[in-house]
Amino acid sequence: MSTQTDNQLIFELSRPGRRAAAQAPRALPEERLSAIPQALRRKQRPALPEVSELQVVRHYTNLSTRNFAIDKQFYPLGSCTMKYNPRGANRAAMLPGFLGRHPLAPESHSQGYLACLFELQEFLKEVTGMQGVSLTPMAGAQGEFAGVAMIRAYHEARNDDARTEILIPEAAHGTNPATAVMCGYKVREVPVNKEGDVDLEALKAACGPQTAGLMMTNPSTCGVFERQIDGIAKAVHEAGGLLYYDGANLNAILGKVRPGDMGFDVIHMNLHKTFATPHGGGGPGAGPVGVSERLKPFLPTPIVGREEDGRYRWLDQHDLPQSIGHLSAFMGNAGVLLRAYFYARVLGREGMIRVGEYSTLAANYLLKRLEAIGCTPAYPARRASHEFILTFAKESKTLGVSAMDIAKRLLDYNQHAPTTYFPLLVPECFLIEPTETETKEALDEFVAAMESILAEARDNPELLKGAPYSQPVRRLDDVKAARELDLVWSNV
Amino acid sequence: MSDIRAELRYATSHEWVRLEDDGTAYVGISDHAQDAMGDLVYVELPDVGQQLEVTDEAGVVESVKAASDIYAPVSGEIVAINEALEDTPELVNQDPYGDGWLFQIRLNDKSELEQLLSADDYRTQLDSED
Repeated sequence: MSTQTDNQLIFELSRPGRRAAAQAPRALPEERLSAIPQALRRKQRPALPEVSELQVVRHYTNLSTRNFAIDKQFYPLGSCTMKYNPRGANRAAMLPGFLGRHPLAPESHSQGYLACLFELQEFLKEVTGMQGVSLTPMAGAQGEFAGVAMIRAYHEARNDDARTEILIPEAAHGTNPATAVMCGYKVREVPVNKEGDVDLEALKAACGPQTAGLMMTNPSTCGVFERQIDGIAKAVHEAGGLLYYDGANLNAILGKVRPGDMGFDVIHMNLHKTFATPHGGGGPGAGPVGVSERLKPFLPTPIVGREEDGRYRWLDQHDLPQSIGHLSAFMGNAGVLLRAYFYARVLGREGMIRVGEYSTLAANYLLKRLEAIGCTPAYPARRASHEFILTFAKESKTLGVSAMDIAKRLLDYNQHAPTTYFPLLVPECFLIEPTETETKEALDEFVAAMESILAEARDNPELLKGAPYSQPVRRLDDVKAARELDLVWSNV
Repeated sequence: MSDIRAELRYATSHEWVRLEDDGTAYVGISDHAQDAMGDLVYVELPDVGQQLEVTDEAGVVESVKAASDIYAPVSGEIVAINEALEDTPELVNQDPYGDGWLFQIRLNDKSELEQLLSADDYRTQLDSED
């Protein structure tokens, strides 16, 4: 049951003079204050809410219970790998020795931490088949940036400066074109055929002396394994370009196939998807990059190296003069890297293989069951990888029920909706990724919900258009929200 | 059934072109394209004076579902853009062949129009996409 205060903003709960003792700012002594130039000091007090500690605890605890979250519900958000991440990995990363370590502490005081990172570099090399790894990128986007910046640095080091284009298949991860543009390249799109594979002839025609590289993910955003990867790699390499692997879908092939063996020159991995940090929380993440032999000199710094006597140390610009440089003040997000290290240690080689196998098994089980109840797969002839696409184009045309209506209705069945309307090349689609951590019972519940919703769509389509009915808010007007964006609360 | 106008030429990427007497042409997106995108919330247009080659990126249309690039269906110089779309992108949904036009371009070469689809060809393309 909700009370009125449940629906208020924390600012609306504010009463003058009310405070939480634990959070009260300490008054700064005058001699410290005087170190801050007058021009940089606040003229007015910040407009913070004045509330008691219990009000704060209650307010945010209540808000948190309204969330859909992996801790409460099935969360099959395609392309996002919303799997359960073991608490144990987090506990290990929270050990006081790690938590209290100062980033400027001398290397001699950080040997344990550096040893973990060194071993993580080695694990990631082994599992991806790459020759060098840098853990420093702070997120997937920065990993992508680092990857394409290395491609650019490689061509420039060879005075090969007529390469202006990056090729991107339609089934690439959605962020890839933005990365290519950020690195100063023009994007050329390559079409995908009806079975979800790259149109190899179109790719060959697009390759040339202007090709700097190709960005793709395999399995692709179509949820299928790209079968012609050998031919693609050959075409791009023969044109003098390099191959970039987006690690968005690495979960599907973990322990099974290695991007390095497929011919990729550079890859980024999302540790906050595949390796025990929850994804979708808005950060922090980690997007390590792995490279083939020829790109090793360009890896971003710092990297952890091991001396002959077994000591670990940071390798910096002095060791790697051709590096694309630093990407942050220190090196990556330490907590995320440590969680990944423990996760990899606990899984071991055998466990890694099981991640790939079970994430793929769960996806194919769900696909077959959903197909049996009347859902339409986008690529019916293909086996799914770790995720798959359904299209509701038929329902949209005949019943007037859109993918979004079905997605919203799923919330009433206590199931988080899959990714909707992505990838763009399939109309009215769901991209569903169950991951390896769900039980068969959880998958069956999702199928039961979908079966019931499809019956509702036939018998009472209007019901779906009004959904959800059971949530703290009803259907949001996202068009109005986008057109009249208003994020700032103000009581004036 | 989406509205396809006989007097227009279409690009396979769903832009339409309408040739004017003065050698310029108006460009927009088709009724089918606006319907597939859903309610638009933002339109990015090229700069007046910008030179575009065929299939150059000429802007972006963004809905709550997706963002999609607009490609120049013909080459030429941008002579005007539809400034009303900055505040009212919904014009593209309401009137894709009229008030929802995107930009006006001075054609480098009128024969490029021959490379585009006729209304009938565009209809055939849409039917085959179904």
